[in-house]
Amino acid sequence: MDEVVAVRQVVKRFGTFTALAGVSMGIGHNQFFTLLGPSGCGKTTLLRCIAGFEDLSEGTILLEGRDIARLAPNLRPVNTVFQHYALFPHMTVAENVAFGLKMQGMALEARRKRAGEMLELVHLSAFADRQPSRLSGGQQQRVALARALAPAPKVLLLDEPLSALDLKLRQAMRVELKQLQEDTGITFIFVTHDQEEALTMSDRIAVMSAGQVQQIGSAREIYEAPVNRFVADFIGETNLLPVRVASFAGGMARVVLPGGHQLTCPAAESGPTGPPHVSIRPERLTLVPPGTGDLDATVDRLIYLGTDLQVLARLADGTALHLRLQNSARATPPGAGSPIGIVIEEGAARLLAD
Amino acid sequence: MAGLAKSGSAGTGYRSITAPLLVPTWAMIGFFLLLPVLLMVVYSFLTKEFRGGVDWTFSLAAYDQFLFSRGLFGDEPPVLEWTYITIFWRSIWQAGLATLICLIVGFPTAWFIATRPVQSRALWLFLITVPYWVNLLIRTVSLRFLLRDQGPLNDVLIGSGLLDSPLQIINTNLAVQLGLFYSYLPFMVLPIYAAVERYNFALSEAAADLYASRWTTLREIVLPVVRPGIIAGCILVFVPSLGAFLAPDLLGGAKTYMIGSLIEEQFKGSQGNWPFGAAVSVILMTLVLIVLMFYARAQARAEAR
Repeated sequence: MDEVVAVRQVVKRFGTFTALAGVSMGIGHNQFFTLLGPSGCGKTTLLRCIAGFEDLSEGTILLEGRDIARLAPNLRPVNTVFQHYALFPHMTVAENVAFGLKMQGMALEARRKRAGEMLELVHLSAFADRQPSRLSGGQQQRVALARALAPAPKVLLLDEPLSALDLKLRQAMRVELKQLQEDTGITFIFVTHDQEEALTMSDRIAVMSAGQVQQIGSAREIYEAPVNRFVADFIGETNLLPVRVASFAGGMARVVLPGGHQLTCPAAESGPTGPPHVSIRPERLTLVPPGTGDLDATVDRLIYLGTDLQVLARLADGTALHLRLQNSARATPPGAGSPIGIVIEEGAARLLAD
Repeated sequence: MAGLAKSGSAGTGYRSITAPLLVPTWAMIGFFLLLPVLLMVVYSFLTKEFRGGVDWTFSLAAYDQFLFSRGLFGDEPPVLEWTYITIFWRSIWQAGLATLICLIVGFPTAWFIATRPVQSRALWLFLITVPYWVNLLIRTVSLRFLLRDQGPLNDVLIGSGLLDSPLQIINTNLAVQLGLFYSYLPFMVLPIYAAVERYNFALSEAAADLYASRWTTLREIVLPVVRPGIIAGCILVFVPSLGAFLAPDLLGGAKTYMIGSLIEEQFKGSQGNWPFGAAVSVILMTLVLIVLMFYARAQARAEAR
């Protein structure tokens, strides 16, 4: 049994709308697992199905091998951190944290001790007797975390918990959340639409779109080996270049780029089903003098980004692409309208499934 | 009701403008609230004039009559008079029971309305208020007609063979309770509706997520969070029920005599006793004020936490 949660062919319909169209995934022990996708992709619905707030239309969900799909939420050993925290306003911080323990029937002294430990874990010991409404957003967030972790759930579900915080706090909380996951050893299932959040924290990421799982893998796999256009486009920035496939065998393809340059690149297992495209990340393209690279292009525009310079360019056939240069004194950026050559880094291209 | 607990103070910079703007408010409060109350307090300390009215000489007779009995001719040593205290006690009991019934029916009703889709809530609220387009007196008289021994209710019960003889409802406590319940139910529903509508249902999900059953969630989370609405509703039903005289007068009998009727009688015709009526009103008002003050202080303490 190496999976804590197994989602099997889950379908969820709201009236005529299908929120989840046959989702399956396995989530391992002691993992930071992220459900990533744009709003409306079904990620929150899936989380709510695991928590028990939504009934499944079809399929099942196993928790440590036990079918929990028909259990009421209060009978499932999972806890949730809600998007807007949902702290009980009539209880103190400590009472909030101890609520789950009280419901489990833990004695007063024991739960007081446990709540104290949890508050220590999230650095809020000094606030135990405050009302939640007197705390800042970041502090409320930590109370919600402590409350959900206190009963030592098998799985902690987090529904976009950082979305209501400002940028600095969000960045600090990312590190803290990951640390907390490692310290407690509890599997976190984390829902977000923020790909940067997903990449920085996750052991594994499931990219979802239109109620379906597009790809599951580590941050590196998702970023460097996206299977299809949706994943390539949603995670980070990328160039999608239309190509002609010369040959395809054993997960490797020989493709012809616009302009005639040929290269060999890894491909999605099934091979392309639609018009073939390769994905190349902008930071893996290098600028060279015109005529000496793999591709020839003209600079459209130069965008200053602080750490980087972004070069928007156009191939002879009109295909747009962009590349990133590190902003350094050595670099002499080409002006708009000037011709450039572009070298594709070895292994940077990948043939997509659609 | 929450306003009772809050003390506002205008910023000093605005004072020059707010003072003239507040003139109508103070005039309202002065003429329609403070002055009548003051008059009533003054009247309660005056001497009774026969055929109604008052004689402008100071007297404690009204309060004395309320508390003590001095025999038929007023020459015996004073003993505690139970008549009026009993009426008070009965009124408090009746009003409390009516409040409880309104709460038991009103809470689910308010919950139901507040959990409908937003577009249909207005319709439900509208339906709740429909009976109130008809004057309270007319509604109470109609209720009397419905409930009487030869009324439609009993006709149906006997006609359908459920009963052999008419069910005695009119002139009983049941009829008074029905009258109070029917008169004041919306005052329970509306504040609770307002509180439930603001209730964040994610709290119920959070409670369920933390192993609370439905009943426990209701008891530990929902009721405490919507408590201000429940208390406001209870006050809005209890206070007018305590002073009600239409329902006990028209639907009840001698055994259901309440404070409202007692006060009303003191100001009616030549049999009245204005100072006594005023004194009973003052005592009633003092009781209500004490209850409200306890509530306001509890509320202030809860908010200060």
